[in-house]
Amino acid sequence: MDNNLSYKNIEKRAKTRDRILRILTYIMLGVWAVMVLFPFYWMFLTSVKDYGSYNAEYIPKFFTLSPTLENYSDAFTAVPLGRYFINTLIFTVVTTVLMLLVITFAAYAFARLKFKGKDILFTLFLALMMIPNELVVITNFQTITNWDMRNSFLGLILPSITSVFYIYLLKENFEQVPDELYYAAKVDGTSDLKYLFKVMIPICRPTLVTVGILKVIECWNSYVWPRLITDDSAYFLVSNGIQEIRENGFGRENIPAMMAAVVVISVPLILLFLIFRKKIMEGVSRGGTKG
Amino acid sequence: MKNSNLKPWLYLLPAIIFLVLFMVYPLVDVFIYSAEEEYNSASQTYSGIGTYNFSYVLHDPYFLQALKNTFILVIITVPLSTGIALLISLGLNSITRLRDFFQTTFFLPYVTNTLAVGLVFMILFKKTAYSEGMVNLLINAFGGKSVDFIDGPYWAKMFVLCFYTIWIVLPFKILILTSALASVNQDYYNAAKVDGTGKFRIFTKITLPMISPMLFYLVITGFIGAFKAYSDSVALFGTDLNAAGMNTIVGYVYDMLYGDSGGYPSYASAAAVILFAIVLTITCINLMVSKKHVHYT
Amino acid sequence: MKVVLKHLTKKFPGKNKKSHEEVIAVNDFDFEIPDGKLVGLLGPSGCGKSTTLNLISGLEAPTEGQVFFGEDDVTNVPVENRGVGLVFQNYALYPHLTVEENIIFPLQNLKGAEKLTKEQMKEKALEVAKLVQIEDYMERKPKALSGGQQQRVAIARALVKMPKVLLLDEPLSNLDARLRLQTREELRRIQKETGITTIFVTHDQEEAMSICDLMVVMKAGVVHQIGRPQDIYDDPKNLFVAQFLGTPPINVFTGKVENGKVMINGDDVFDAPGVPDQEVYLAVRPEGFIPNGSRFRYMRERREIMGRDVSIIFTHENALNPNNRAIVSAEENIPEQPGEAFFDLKPAKTFLFSRETEERIRF
Repeated sequence: MDNNLSYKNIEKRAKTRDRILRILTYIMLGVWAVMVLFPFYWMFLTSVKDYGSYNAEYIPKFFTLSPTLENYSDAFTAVPLGRYFINTLIFTVVTTVLMLLVITFAAYAFARLKFKGKDILFTLFLALMMIPNELVVITNFQTITNWDMRNSFLGLILPSITSVFYIYLLKENFEQVPDELYYAAKVDGTSDLKYLFKVMIPICRPTLVTVGILKVIECWNSYVWPRLITDDSAYFLVSNGIQEIRENGFGRENIPAMMAAVVVISVPLILLFLIFRKKIMEGVSRGGTKG
Repeated sequence: MKNSNLKPWLYLLPAIIFLVLFMVYPLVDVFIYSAEEEYNSASQTYSGIGTYNFSYVLHDPYFLQALKNTFILVIITVPLSTGIALLISLGLNSITRLRDFFQTTFFLPYVTNTLAVGLVFMILFKKTAYSEGMVNLLINAFGGKSVDFIDGPYWAKMFVLCFYTIWIVLPFKILILTSALASVNQDYYNAAKVDGTGKFRIFTKITLPMISPMLFYLVITGFIGAFKAYSDSVALFGTDLNAAGMNTIVGYVYDMLYGDSGGYPSYASAAAVILFAIVLTITCINLMVSKKHVHYT
Repeated sequence: MKVVLKHLTKKFPGKNKKSHEEVIAVNDFDFEIPDGKLVGLLGPSGCGKSTTLNLISGLEAPTEGQVFFGEDDVTNVPVENRGVGLVFQNYALYPHLTVEENIIFPLQNLKGAEKLTKEQMKEKALEVAKLVQIEDYMERKPKALSGGQQQRVAIARALVKMPKVLLLDEPLSNLDARLRLQTREELRRIQKETGITTIFVTHDQEEAMSICDLMVVMKAGVVHQIGRPQDIYDDPKNLFVAQFLGTPPINVFTGKVENGKVMINGDDVFDAPGVPDQEVYLAVRPEGFIPNGSRFRYMRERREIMGRDVSIIFTHENALNPNNRAIVSAEENIPEQPGEAFFDLKPAKTFLFSRETEERIRF
């Protein structure tokens, strides 16, 4: 009987301890969720505040009763946000498509085709993964300048068309396609190229889509290279555009209009993320890094 | 026969051309640049080969400032972000309700434009003639004095930079750690529980060793990433980082290359090589330390 | 320590989104396990035997019912305070710790008066290591051990804190056939030497039959029969138990009882005095056939001679399975060619089950 009593005590204590721990966990997660979401809320809130009333708020308000879309029209008229947007779209789409083509062919060669020096070449490819971008950007800047490609889409796009990491990722995926399929196709007289497009690519489409999405995110947010290579605002991407807006746009203090621009820039990626949430998170955990 | 031997190279050709042009050649070239003294971009001439570029860079107060900033950033953000990420991941793995919501929310910063959201942070932290700013309002509410985090004292600026950096890098770390934690076989925990192991001991003796490879991977990539910090700083303090005193090594490289202070690819190369050497050294030290403490299955 | 299960029930919420039907993993399990016995929970996969084990260990809480260790109700005692030893199917040895560290691990959790010094822990670890005969591998990591050795380490780790009850989840399923035979003898020896009440789960009836003191046959969350292995084999309660135990399996035929005789296709094959007229299953163990008889007609397909036994493979239009097997002595004269012939049936090896309820009909 005595034993039963002490068991009950143990049980009770364990339960309270668990409950407290659980509450603390939720508090911690909640706090960080607020930290993450608050900037987004603030940016949206400020973007619908009237310019005059925003400046009149010595103590910022957490809500507004008279939302306005004026800032959004300002963002598109007072500064060439539309142009930046279209530039980024072109840059992102062209770079991603070209990269997918280049890496698909390369990964296919490594995964499926037989040729002399394959292993050595692949090792060399892998070694290239170690090289930080910062080290090669200097010469690339000189190269593009020498080729007279500054302030052009070609100059923006060319250096980011290949990614050793994505070739590696895709090659691993291609190798999971059973050999039998290849032999079967060969017996039926299918050419290598046809096999790639009719069999390999459809089977590995999920990986290609993931790589594509990751590249889109990377392109949309790229800042350093576009900044080096463009000084004509006709070729600015959104990142450079937002920096330009901050330093010379609207007049320094039109923060609501600035925030409207930030919202416009951020929304496409947030939408992309919400739609492809699972794919993106899975892709990133398989070896993406920021930028 | 010859035909079939050539075809694979055709498939590889585009990749090889781009890699040689934009990675291999520049890699060799940057070391050459860094050794060529008094290189002139316009005439493409130089006066000799030597270590002058390095010594110039190492004596440049802007570079030393950038070096100091970068090191402070690294030392603060790498351990802190890894620790916070671990805490949050442990929390995430222990709950079921709202888990999806939290996971999605926490990942959001990963997909946002660093420059754009940096502006929001600037506004939140900035103190202007018109407004104290959001954060100062909070500080005042707790009885503190307002600080201008963007144009004010060094520590305040460094605080914002570290805070923003952590905000940016956390999603990746949380994601990696949550999946690492989830992949630990539940039987280990059950076995430990049956043996009456306390929560803390389960964490230190089982969880940590089991996720140590991933933790270590995060520390290494964290170091490398933090040493290459740049756009977060630009986002908060604008492009003239030297004037703000908040430049980073990478920022210094770009400033030397281009812009108002640019036109010195040799100095830029020397700084880039120094950065590379630092990152390499730190990574090697990390690898050596890990051999002792990381458990690979 | 004896273990008592009272009306133990475990329901899981339905996983299927459309129907929220609950899955009943264990249904109203009532059983008393006497002190110091080796008990096997036997059943096909998904029958709730692992869940039962988890309910006893405390890893899962029952929906209804109680668990007693001795006189103490431990139903709500958290797993860490129950003092059970548990061996997992995949052993769950900590891969980053050596064998010795693995075995010591549970001892390091002891607190207060029970706390041991390092030397005492090492001593105890060595003691159990000797018991399971892995004392020569103390410094190795689990990865460097064979499956059988890992199994022993897992048992040692479970035993080192002298648990009130030792639980084993499919302890032999990850071993190859030869090692399995050897290890199950070992398990029996260790259990006898320590005298700890031991409960293990298995889907392998041979394994359960060979080492258990008591056996529990389960299916779909329901306990079908509890008893000594040989008793259950000789006296199954229902058709499922009869079919599940025994290799080669029991032969089952459909028929009906008329006037105290079992009739198949008009033939009077077996006497069932006092049994009311009804549709039945007639089940005969392979060793229950007497060759060269006169009552049970069958079609011989072929014979297989195995040393002192002969298997007769035969078909029968009323059999549940296409192939049936009778095992008789090699001294009997069995023709090689296929053809029609007759058996007689041994009453002790022949069972009747109701066609409706599949329950045993006794007479």
